[in-house]
Amino acid sequence: MSKIKPLEEAIGHVKSGMTLHIGGFYGVGTPDEFIGEIIRHGIKDLTVVTNDSGTPEEGVGRLLYAGCIGKLILSWCGLTPIVPELVQKGKLELELTPQGTLAERIRAAGYGLGGVLTRTGLGTIVEEKGLGTRITVNGTECLYHPPLKADVTLTEAYMADKNGNLIFRRTQNNFNEVMCTAADMVIASVYKPIVEMGELHPDAVNVPGPLVDILVQQKGALS
Amino acid sequence: MSQLGPKDIITKRIALMFKDGDLVNLGVGIPGLVPKHVPAGVTVWLHAENGIIGSGPPAKPGKEDPFFVDASKLHCTILPGGCTFDTTLSFGIIRGGHLDYTVLGALQVDIEGNLANWMVPGGPLPGMGGAMDLVTGAKKVVVATTHSSKDGSSKIMKRCTFPLTGVKVVDYIVTELALVEITPEGAVLRETGPGVSAEEVVRLTDAPLIVPKSVPQMAL
Repeated sequence: MSKIKPLEEAIGHVKSGMTLHIGGFYGVGTPDEFIGEIIRHGIKDLTVVTNDSGTPEEGVGRLLYAGCIGKLILSWCGLTPIVPELVQKGKLELELTPQGTLAERIRAAGYGLGGVLTRTGLGTIVEEKGLGTRITVNGTECLYHPPLKADVTLTEAYMADKNGNLIFRRTQNNFNEVMCTAADMVIASVYKPIVEMGELHPDAVNVPGPLVDILVQQKGALS
Repeated sequence: MSQLGPKDIITKRIALMFKDGDLVNLGVGIPGLVPKHVPAGVTVWLHAENGIIGSGPPAKPGKEDPFFVDASKLHCTILPGGCTFDTTLSFGIIRGGHLDYTVLGALQVDIEGNLANWMVPGGPLPGMGGAMDLVTGAKKVVVATTHSSKDGSSKIMKRCTFPLTGVKVVDYIVTELALVEITPEGAVLRETGPGVSAEEVVRLTDAPLIVPKSVPQMAL
């Protein structure tokens, strides 16, 4: 059965109230067409896990301004002034997490680990707000953070084959690769025309195909 | 020697700390001026949180790659020998002790080595990004800051009052007036800025500094 689906069918799997992993760093590597489709369907109360909230016009920022997000777990939201506003009104729950800890929480979920032990954030707001719990392991103080899994991961890739093997370009990867390990369903928006199996060099693949459930060909894909 | 401005004094002194082949992460603001002062013959590999080693100058207009930005959101280039990777490896490099230096700006820094550089209470809410990982994991944490705030108050304090980025993490504070090393005994004035006396530095710092008998001026 082909993994390639039309945009509308693919995003039909995203329901209100779900937890989503969305790749991207300042919008680079964020699947923009998926964001637009979620807004068009009026999906609400999403918990979104992502590096940053982009801007009002780019990346996850568009979901925020459209009122689709109920809870945001990220490391940086400096270009979306609506965030503190929504938090103050009680319309948005915000969990600020150090970037490396966020990546490892996702990796722990995707790699079958019991959580993260890190010294990052000791004695800071991360500990004060109870995001990480201080424990001592072999004489070293650490913060424990639980794994962070999603219902659906939305990712963007530069190239893909019909088996779902994904290749990223430059800094498009960021959180995308690890997020593809940590959700019940992984949906990828592919920039270049999706190729036949055997056409991608196996050594160059970033995400193994069996981890990817659905491929959506971006509009205006160049050959 | 031509007259250097405060930010060039700070960043030139920091650039002289590096040895050939060092892996360095530079924060936004003043640290961004460090690369132009790296001496000839010394190659420094710049690391960016979003997955770059060897990030180069900004891309020329019209040559921007839509899939390539540095950690400041600028469309950048990559130097020969550079590489790109995902966020988990990028922060593994940071926390795993593979990064020789991180150079960051400061809102406040104190003589115990605590740093506050991500949030002003009551101000906008940006988030910590990668800063907490950087100060925890890098081999050496260098704070690049002007000696005083715009309101004239000392940036080097007895105790930070803003939300912290890290506790007891700073190794060096470099200002246009001083190079201060944080040691278990306290903050030691190692060098003064060009034409600046140790007494002057002490007078302009709102925290006690340990002043050795002889404090040389920065050799810039």
